[in-house]
Amino acid sequence: MEFLIRFVQIHETFHKPEIEALAVLAGVDVDFLSYSENSPYSVVRLKDEASAKALVSRSISSKGIYELWGAGTTYEELHGDLKQRSSSQWSQYQSCSFKFDFDTFSGSRTLSEQRRIIESFKYMNFNGPIKMKDPEQTFTIFEEYEYGKEGGPLRLFLGRFVGGTQRHILNDYTLKKREYINTTSMDSELALLTANLTLAASDKIFYDPFVGTGSFPIACSHFGARTMGSDIDGRMIRGRDGKDIRTNFRQYGLLERYLDGWISDLTYSPLREGRWLDGIIGDPPYGVREGLKVLGTKDGSGKEVVWINGELAHLQDKYIPPKKAYSFEAMLDDLLEFAAQHLVDDGRLSLWMPTANDEDVELGIPAHPHLELVSVCVQTFNKWSRRLLTYRRMAESQDKSNRLGRQKAEIKGTTANDLNSFRRRYFEGFKNPPVLEDLG
Amino acid sequence: MKILTVNFLTCAVKACKTSPLSFPLHFRDAELEQSDIGYNPSFLRNILPRVDWEALKVTATELGFTTVPSEKPNLDPAPSNTDLPAPETAMETSEPDVADEKVMRDLHTLLLETEVREGKMVCGNCGHEYKIKEGIANFLLPSHLGR
Repeated sequence: MEFLIRFVQIHETFHKPEIEALAVLAGVDVDFLSYSENSPYSVVRLKDEASAKALVSRSISSKGIYELWGAGTTYEELHGDLKQRSSSQWSQYQSCSFKFDFDTFSGSRTLSEQRRIIESFKYMNFNGPIKMKDPEQTFTIFEEYEYGKEGGPLRLFLGRFVGGTQRHILNDYTLKKREYINTTSMDSELALLTANLTLAASDKIFYDPFVGTGSFPIACSHFGARTMGSDIDGRMIRGRDGKDIRTNFRQYGLLERYLDGWISDLTYSPLREGRWLDGIIGDPPYGVREGLKVLGTKDGSGKEVVWINGELAHLQDKYIPPKKAYSFEAMLDDLLEFAAQHLVDDGRLSLWMPTANDEDVELGIPAHPHLELVSVCVQTFNKWSRRLLTYRRMAESQDKSNRLGRQKAEIKGTTANDLNSFRRRYFEGFKNPPVLEDLG
Repeated sequence: MKILTVNFLTCAVKACKTSPLSFPLHFRDAELEQSDIGYNPSFLRNILPRVDWEALKVTATELGFTTVPSEKPNLDPAPSNTDLPAPETAMETSEPDVADEKVMRDLHTLLLETEVREGKMVCGNCGHEYKIKEGIANFLLPSHLGR
């Protein structure tokens, strides 16, 4: 059967990867018959109506799925296709309550035009009561125009509404209403999309090694996962003014799904060995605000134990361990290695990383022999963009050497700018093209 | 820190990772807190295979819990498609008997509802103490324990 998915035209590169991830979660086969990032309407083939409902039931990027009754480039074609494709179904909807909706993209219709077009479908002979609120069936006419061009619609569809999505929850999860946030909190829509791409679901354990104010764990727990997180910055975990990550979980009624937060550094992780994590999500610090840090000292000093007033310095409450600048690329390699060692088979890693628009896109995607790159999604800002990379932990037998990714290079330098090409270029305003040594 | 989380934590010092003495971390001066969390047997079933049972027994004993069975409960493996049990056997196995249910509820209480709010976790290999304050452990190492 053919269905139409109604996407919302924002974060377009996430649309298809999200639906493909949801298909894995729902255990359904989805076949994209037509898809373009420029269109909110995508036609897919699915086994049945139940598969369609299950597929989009937790989608964030789309508003709904419709059984496709007809398609065409003109109304004449649409009517013809409708009669051929779905006339055998009309009789079963003859007495139920119903309504018609109008959905135009990059164009508009006056109410009287809409009414005239809806009237033109009279021959389907629906005699049930028309209910604008909660009808048993909703039929939607979709019109897609070419952006900025005069003239009629390019594509037309008629669909019967089959199932809704989770897009309506964005209003509940918006950062504007969240109790505990800071400047690096991830936008809730992108966090929920990330959770879907990483296959967050009930009975799973998810971990965020750069947890901050908990944006990703909250999104994952919304979909049922039990979550834990850590941060090298203790202030994030401990919170301020009596508010912390738990406050947020409590706000959404998800506290039972939050396992723990602790203070640690990915390069010295306290998590024990073993493949026991279902998902890892991370938005590693790009090192723009403070420069990226891990534990250690620049010159390798500080190997001796320090005593203050006869007590061990590092056991005192005010002790702050020294941190050194670190390369973002090295951090990514550490994160992939950590994921390969801790994810169950088919467990997923999603990580956010910046890419200057003028860099070669294929360079810089880190690779690991145990991890298969599943999708690359892009969020574009004014002068730079960042990508969400999602990987799948392959079973041992599927391992193959992945040569597409960046070669691991020796990383030299000690200052934040030496180590972090993104940080340097950010402060240069991305004016100069990257020099070769930036690309590692 | 919840007891489930503690079962996944070891010493952050790299040299300790290979030593069996570094896991589990040992509690000192632990103050416990109990909270109410909805009982979810399917989560437990999923997670128990990943729990290190010997380590859990050590932790439970140190904290004064005596309810942990000496062997990890034998959970029904997920039914496989090739080897479906006869309907009447399926009925029997899907009804958990009372002892199982009690063991699972006790484990739920220990792993998810019990939390160490204050205290220290100590590595049995290097002796480093990780403080827990308000339920949050600090694993940042002083520089002399780094690489």
